[in-house]
Amino acid sequence: MGEFKVHRVRFFNYIPSGIRCVAYNNQSNRLAVSRTDGTVEIYNLSANYFQEKFFPGHESRATEALCWAKGQRLFSAGLNGEIIEYDLQALNIKYAVDAFGGPIWSMAVSPHGSQLLVGCEDGSVKLFQITPDKIQFERNFDRQKSRILSLSWHPSGTHVAAGSIDYISVFDVKSGSAVHKMLVDRQYMGVSKRKCIIWGVAFLSDGTVISVDSAGKVQFWDSATGTLVKNHLIANADVQSIAVSDQEDSFVVGTAEGTVFHFQLVSVTSNSSEKQWVRTKPFQHHTHDVRAVAHSPTALISGGTDTHLVIRPLMEKVEVKNYDAALRKITFPHRRLISCSKKRQLLLFQFTHHLELWRLGSTVATGKNGDTLPLSRDADHLLHLKTKGPENIICSCISPCGSWIAYSTTSRFFLYRLNYEHDNISLQRVSKMPAFLRSALQILFSEDSAKLFVASNQGSLHVIRLLEGSFKHLHTFQPQSGTVESMCLLAVSPDGNWLASSGTSAGVHVYNIKHLKLHCTVPSYNFPVTALAIAPNTNNLVIAHSDQQVFEYSIPDKQYTEWSRTIQKQGCYQEAYRPCL
Amino acid sequence: MAALEEGFTLSAVPLGAGPHGLLGVEQSDKADQFLVTDGGRTVILYKVSDQKPLGSWSVKQGQIITCPAVCNFQTGEYIVVHDNKVLRIWSNEDVNLDKVFKATLSAEIYRIHSIQGAEPLVLFKEGAVRGLEALLAEPQQKIETVISDEEVIKWTKIFMVFKHTVLIFITEKHGNYFAYIQKFNSHTLSKYTLLLGQEEKSVIQSFSASVDRNFISLMSLSSDGCVYETLVPIHPRDPEKDQRVVRSLLLKTVVSGDARNGVALTVLDQDHVAVLGPLLPSSKECVSIWNTKFQTLQASKELPQGTSGQLWYYGENLFVLHGKFLTVIPYKCEVSSLAGALGKLKHSQDPGTQTVPHFVNWETSRGHRFGSQNSEQSKRILRRRKPEVSVQNPASKQLLSAIKKDSEKHIEEELCKFLAIKPTPDFNTIIGDIVSELLGRHKAEPSFYPRNSLMQLIQTHVLSHSLCPGLMEAALEKADVQMLQLCLQQFPDIPESVTCACLKIFLSDSVQEEKMEEQTEVLHNGFNAEEENCGNCDRELNKKPQDAAEETTSCPVIPKRAALLNAILHSAYSEMFLLPHLKDIPAQHVTLFLQYLYFLYLKCSENATMTLPGLHPPTLNQIMDWICLLLDANFTVVVMIPEAKRLLLSLYKFVKSQVCICSELNKIEVSFRELQKLNQEKNNRELYSIEVLELF
Repeated sequence: MGEFKVHRVRFFNYIPSGIRCVAYNNQSNRLAVSRTDGTVEIYNLSANYFQEKFFPGHESRATEALCWAKGQRLFSAGLNGEIIEYDLQALNIKYAVDAFGGPIWSMAVSPHGSQLLVGCEDGSVKLFQITPDKIQFERNFDRQKSRILSLSWHPSGTHVAAGSIDYISVFDVKSGSAVHKMLVDRQYMGVSKRKCIIWGVAFLSDGTVISVDSAGKVQFWDSATGTLVKNHLIANADVQSIAVSDQEDSFVVGTAEGTVFHFQLVSVTSNSSEKQWVRTKPFQHHTHDVRAVAHSPTALISGGTDTHLVIRPLMEKVEVKNYDAALRKITFPHRRLISCSKKRQLLLFQFTHHLELWRLGSTVATGKNGDTLPLSRDADHLLHLKTKGPENIICSCISPCGSWIAYSTTSRFFLYRLNYEHDNISLQRVSKMPAFLRSALQILFSEDSAKLFVASNQGSLHVIRLLEGSFKHLHTFQPQSGTVESMCLLAVSPDGNWLASSGTSAGVHVYNIKHLKLHCTVPSYNFPVTALAIAPNTNNLVIAHSDQQVFEYSIPDKQYTEWSRTIQKQGCYQEAYRPCL
Repeated sequence: MAALEEGFTLSAVPLGAGPHGLLGVEQSDKADQFLVTDGGRTVILYKVSDQKPLGSWSVKQGQIITCPAVCNFQTGEYIVVHDNKVLRIWSNEDVNLDKVFKATLSAEIYRIHSIQGAEPLVLFKEGAVRGLEALLAEPQQKIETVISDEEVIKWTKIFMVFKHTVLIFITEKHGNYFAYIQKFNSHTLSKYTLLLGQEEKSVIQSFSASVDRNFISLMSLSSDGCVYETLVPIHPRDPEKDQRVVRSLLLKTVVSGDARNGVALTVLDQDHVAVLGPLLPSSKECVSIWNTKFQTLQASKELPQGTSGQLWYYGENLFVLHGKFLTVIPYKCEVSSLAGALGKLKHSQDPGTQTVPHFVNWETSRGHRFGSQNSEQSKRILRRRKPEVSVQNPASKQLLSAIKKDSEKHIEEELCKFLAIKPTPDFNTIIGDIVSELLGRHKAEPSFYPRNSLMQLIQTHVLSHSLCPGLMEAALEKADVQMLQLCLQQFPDIPESVTCACLKIFLSDSVQEEKMEEQTEVLHNGFNAEEENCGNCDRELNKKPQDAAEETTSCPVIPKRAALLNAILHSAYSEMFLLPHLKDIPAQHVTLFLQYLYFLYLKCSENATMTLPGLHPPTLNQIMDWICLLLDANFTVVVMIPEAKRLLLSLYKFVKSQVCICSELNKIEVSFRELQKLNQEKNNRELYSIEVLELF
């Protein structure tokens, strides 16, 4: 193909935030993950663990609990005392309800999915009814004397276990009164600790309550009598999270030492019916606290302060030995954080709350394959652009000419004009950006930097003409009737005629920019699109999917190319391991 | 290494042992209890740990026990045979053997075998085998004859192989030996002819066997004093055919060849055998443990009152008849490894200064232990020699005859002549024979002590303790410290007990006295240079006297003693076997040695590399190990002696300060590592490069 000068850039110093909660949804096989910066990400486990959606974080919104309710509804609660429901279509926050109980530490959805329980700082447990479009406060349970850190419903929905500090309460849901109060031993390795925090509880259908606490214990309680049945001391530090499988034959706990322990219900002897909980496997995939664990039917999922999301398949549950059987460690977001100005050799890095602009170095030397060339000029850090306000940056872009930088947060859209005078750069903000551009999911400049394309979270696509220091709204492509799915990916053809856009599930739409109308729609495929590009000259659209398939679609001919068909027949991309991003 | 511990007699009352000693020692169903059957009329049950009998049963006057009593592990009853044909079965509660169950059989019994997890088996003199139950159901049943006329059963043993009993018995007919293997799961009997190989004339004196998956490893001790091994397959390919098995030499001359009786052999584990018999022609009988893998003598113990040539072993105890007493000798065997055979490994030596004698060719060690039994066994050099080779070597023959009668001077001359000849491959065994011969004469006439010749022989670098066990013993007797030092330097396989005996002599006052005379002379390696007639051994110098004079703390011992002690420090040992012997050293000597070690330790700590000056000095590890060992063994004694207490105190302080330094250094190291990391990060700050990549 040829020889290339590859700039190996390792100075993008992006540090993801730690994982605070994970919630697994069995019906859709999706995993919701919340991070300490308030970001919530949705992973599709069926689509090769692709991170298909995300909700940008907010400084004041520390998520402490995350759960799925009936009908694929996702709720979170946090230390600001609000319960939030997310709109999984529009990728924004539907509403926020204050529970009026101080910071919320825990939340649990009833087994039937119609009720929501939150545990608050003031020791109150509040029951909410989930209505089709909102949640409705119903009543308080008996107030406890300290914060409720963990909650778990009995599978029948009649009782609830609540972990607090030094004790576990069992509530009767109907009356809202505490039936049992189980005091937890404060002793830790023979030394009396000040307090024993119940980080997690799990209520099993046989009435057993499993608790994990800050003294490193995993304890089994009989909720009928309120007595301790069994005690496992598994760590020298806090055990911070617990998740039980649906069959209740195995559960997983995560410790502050970075270890994840798997417990299984196994027969006492090989052919007896008597079973007991046995600690079977320890996993050390984390270096820091494992703050959250989840148990899917086939895998143990854990995440924590070290920012890795680890999906450890249970080998005995995996039928086909394919990629799904391999251990997954997901650290970085599955979206574009870097944009590039080809003309000026600039790179724009997107961080949570700031942007960095770097100029690539250059060299005059030449070499053969594998050589590292001496630099005649090193890379320069040109600009550090901080956002105002508490919101995280959703997306950003630099124009190919290097004169424009655009980024978006949930509430605002920012466009900057850059002027280069020798080594000096001046930055000028373009004011009065229209409100409909806010909360953009993807920003793209045309190849000649004259047009700006903004994909909003309402499914619409805005085209803006850029003039020297100002702009003009040209057109808005409205979503196809009935769909409100937001567009996540954009690609523009180098000749500036075509714009391709894709959501998470529907097909790829191709628009004619000259005539400002929809040109065609590439048929949708089972797996989400992970990357889009339009080839110069041919105007062939190349689409990559999360199942590692690549398609090539000819925009002028409105059909798949011959090459794409051959590739699909032969399937030569099976060796690739990571999903295409 | 292995060790034979102090034995104890089992019975204070002399057994009525006849000329043939005991009939047998057998396990009972309780651990630690053994049935001892004497050659006459009595069976005694002993509890070994209590050293006392628990029960005794005798047959009537006129009757005689013909086969050792055994315990039926399935019922807990005891079985004995008297008058060849009469079975008696009784239990612990029975008092009189006359009144217990009796069964008279139709044929004469050779042995009853009983093994855990199976019914007892009765082996008849005619070679037939029956289960006890079947026999008791019909005592007068006809017993067939299996072996031919004039064929006599010599030895037998039973094994459990995959939960099935396998019985082996050896018969002899006109000097030919046959092995029969009876399997009880398939009721097959296979016969093998033992081919004796070159040593046709020798008579097998003792058998022992161990079992491994597919083979019974049959060991035999022949009248030439060598141990042979024969691999007898348990599952023969063609059971009907008469098959032959060859035997191969395993250990050469473990007992003196002319010992006619009183020799016995038993396999202890995969790599160790115990041998009963005299080590040297004129020496007393002794029991010794040999490592067959590395061919080293691991331990030996003299039995001055003679023995009956019978040896039993159960668990960790050897049972021998010592004089008229049944003696139990507990033993310990470590798992056989090269390091174990040679004790704690000697520290790595500077290339060229000294090499360990190549007394064993390790390369040809037995890799294919249970391969085809017909394939020629790998040859090992140690203690193995084809007889004709020595015959062909006239120089050695001449030398050997000279040793028998000539004067020391003459022997020296002959030896020089012999050593001048180019060494043959079996050089080391010849040297071994020469030393044995010299020692034999020394034993016979104590005034004959060919010191110079022996020194010269040691310096051939081919000798080892296993090759000439008596050498150091003789040197110890004579308190010949120079010889001992040489041996310590040259021999890689000195038992810990001997090392410790050397240490005792080195620390004793005899060394000190000599010092007075020699101090004025120029000392080289602790010895007068003129005294050394061979320049080979003078490399080991611990500390030059002038160095010592310059030190603020002076050396607590004279240079000569220091050189000797250094030889001890360099010697190989296993802690487990050394510790018990260290306890016997007198307290003053322990103190002195500790003082010396402390001095060396201080010296070591003076430079950064923690080494001592001089050629081939003791290493810090050796010094520390010995300090620990000495303190471990003698701590309670040492703390009671005032001057030792002072020493301990200063040692403690010094070690404490060293530990402090080390921990501080560790801290610094961590900091340095962090700095290094930071430094690397700084380098990585230039996280940017332009590279050329070619795509095809």
